[in-house]
Amino acid sequence: MIRRFLPLLILLAVLMVAAVGLRRDPTILPSTLLDSKAPLLRAALLQDGGMPQTAELQALLPQGKPSLLNVWASWCTACLQEHAALQRLAASGVTIFGLNYKDTDAAAMAWLRERHNPYRAVFVDPQGILGRDWGVYGVPETFVIDGQGVVRQRIVGPIDDRALSQQLAKLSR
Amino acid sequence: MANIRRWLALLLLMLLMAPMARADDTGQIQFHSPQQAAQYQHLLQEIRCLVCQNQSLAESHADLALDLRLEIAQALKRGESPEQIKARLVKRYGDFVLYRPPLRETTVLLWFGPALLLLCGLWVVWRVIHRQESQA
Repeated sequence: MIRRFLPLLILLAVLMVAAVGLRRDPTILPSTLLDSKAPLLRAALLQDGGMPQTAELQALLPQGKPSLLNVWASWCTACLQEHAALQRLAASGVTIFGLNYKDTDAAAMAWLRERHNPYRAVFVDPQGILGRDWGVYGVPETFVIDGQGVVRQRIVGPIDDRALSQQLAKLSR
Repeated sequence: MANIRRWLALLLLMLLMAPMARADDTGQIQFHSPQQAAQYQHLLQEIRCLVCQNQSLAESHADLALDLRLEIAQALKRGESPEQIKARLVKRYGDFVLYRPPLRETTVLLWFGPALLLLCGLWVVWRVIHRQESQA
């Protein structure tokens, strides 16, 4: 009896492996930063004129509350796509920091002026050197940092604000 | 005759353009020694570009690959060993950046899976032959 159905069982097993394997997106890589302290991020802030200012992300992180670090650029179309989601999150009280990746201050400033600015502060990384410390390999990327300054998740590509706010709520508890 | 000449001209043109296909930023980097240049070329072959994942750093024209090539070149010139450089890239991007992943628990199947499948196949073949012999 078992012998008879063995080929069918093998076929089912192969199909199951294929179904799982084909649905995985191989371009989305796990971050090596997960569950470790966020790398030190100290850089100039994006600002509208005035004296240049340097800040440290670690000093700005809200204590005991999760926040986001969103890596973006004005030349990145997927960033435009996720901008509304970031705004909804910011409006609901989520602290979002920006890392302006391989961009010019003028272009980034104009981009933010045209749309609403969802960021608490934006660090500038014109050469993409800071992004490398975070293992950034494309924009947009979003890091979820918990209340203790530990990286809990990385999202490659545009974010889904509904799923993300659920996760943030879990981290706030 | 005219046709052959046209083909020859095309062939010549293609031969002349061949070096351009390989011309990139790597030619501009001045290393301290030929060994260092060789180490550099070797590292580029071993490290995967994260943007176009089926290309090595040497092959990729992605912006990030260019940045990483420069980073590797500068690190080599500072006197870092290829092992140190690889370790730093693995720490940042994970084992995935290496074309030859290290042998550990999570990669055992990757390393020995093909051999395992071959053994399974041999076992099936042996069974089939055995059965035919016993029936004959």
